[in-house]
Amino acid sequence: MSALGALIQRDIRIALRVGGGALIGVLFFLTVVVLMPFAVGPDLKLLARLGPAILWLGALLSSLLTLDRLFMADHEDGSLDLIAMARTPLELACAAKALAHWLASGLPLIIATPVLGLLLNLDVPATSAVAMTLLAGTPALTFTGMIGAALAVTLHRGGLLLAVLVLPLSIPVLIFGVAASEAAITGPHSFGAPFAILCALSLVSLVVGPFAAAVSLRHGLD
Amino acid sequence: MTLTDLANPTKFLALTARLLPWLVGATILLFLIGLYQSATAPDDYQQGATVKIMFIHVPNAWLSMFVWAVMSAAALGTLVWRHPLADVAAKAAAPIGAAFTFLALLTGSLWGRPMWGTYWEWDARLTSVLILFLMYLGLMALWRAVEDPSRAARAAAVLTLVGAINLPIIKFSVDWWNTLHQPASVFRMGGPTLDHAFLIPLLVMALAFTLLFVTLHLAAMRNEILRRRVRSLQMMQASQKAA
Repeated sequence: MSALGALIQRDIRIALRVGGGALIGVLFFLTVVVLMPFAVGPDLKLLARLGPAILWLGALLSSLLTLDRLFMADHEDGSLDLIAMARTPLELACAAKALAHWLASGLPLIIATPVLGLLLNLDVPATSAVAMTLLAGTPALTFTGMIGAALAVTLHRGGLLLAVLVLPLSIPVLIFGVAASEAAITGPHSFGAPFAILCALSLVSLVVGPFAAAVSLRHGLD
Repeated sequence: MTLTDLANPTKFLALTARLLPWLVGATILLFLIGLYQSATAPDDYQQGATVKIMFIHVPNAWLSMFVWAVMSAAALGTLVWRHPLADVAAKAAAPIGAAFTFLALLTGSLWGRPMWGTYWEWDARLTSVLILFLMYLGLMALWRAVEDPSRAARAAAVLTLVGAINLPIIKFSVDWWNTLHQPASVFRMGGPTLDHAFLIPLLVMALAFTLLFVTLHLAAMRNEILRRRVRSLQMMQASQKAA
């Protein structure tokens, strides 16, 4: 357990210091959201209606772009091989790394959401609904994306291939994330049902992600 | 003859060389019967002659999912048993599955034009088949991105299995997202609602398309084995020249 704690601490520390680049994800999120009014026009009513979708797309894209870092740096300096050979099961180590990655690059997105909600003319209940759904849903993005990151690092390919492989898998999270936030803002539907499914998706990915990532690392690293 | 005997590619090649002519014959025969029956099937009282698109469309849609199931079985063969032909089977199946999925989308869109008045509708089934198509293309991109076939095979196997877990979830969520398409009418509780005049040609066509898949798949596997042999011969020749 202390080994996993140390791994999480180490990963967060690396991500936050110089060369880590966790906070670039937030900057990217901000930039994507700022781009939207230029594309759809500065109509505040329209922006308020599209707000949850824009925030979710921005979070999805920026969590996708930071995924490259999840195993790549450790693979380059050889520490990934050490982690794979360690007595701690690789599945748990993968889960710990993904958790650290989410804490360092997923959580800042949620903290940034209120500010961006302001820019998109979302009122306080709407913004908090989006933030809640992001809090419940972004772990699923990280944990399913981890599978793609593990494949990419064993194949020495990243970038577009990773995006093409991971994006279809994240469609359910996007659907239920946006549905839950819109239900909280306007909809006749209840917030609870899609939100519960969103949580369920996160829990399922918590189980499936580490195993699939560990399998692909174990087969790919030899 | 068990699955382990087939692990020897030479035995597999010999067996399929004997099997393939029969399979081709059976496929052609079934297609002739199925197409004749489809052509002579009565017009639908609502949809007219366009209902006959169903005899092409539905088998393709079934196969688009069936091929992913075949690839998942092959992926298990790669990861669990390290069966030497499993990754050949998985690799050969991907483009065929993508082609069936594309045909399902194409015929569905051509059917949608007269029925719904539009080529594309963001309805649940169309959307989830489109996502399936995207996943086939992603898998093919993964196969093409890596030179070493065994390395690519393990990565593709992981992705195929993850996809097999995820596809029902995607299907469910897209269903939830939008339901406009008619509900399932053949496989459902209480027997098919389709009239026998349509059901029998449909089943014959489904069988014909399945046989077509088996034939194409075996032929593609043979090609893949031969391609790998050529590649290793070329590598040997190149290293001899270098030495």
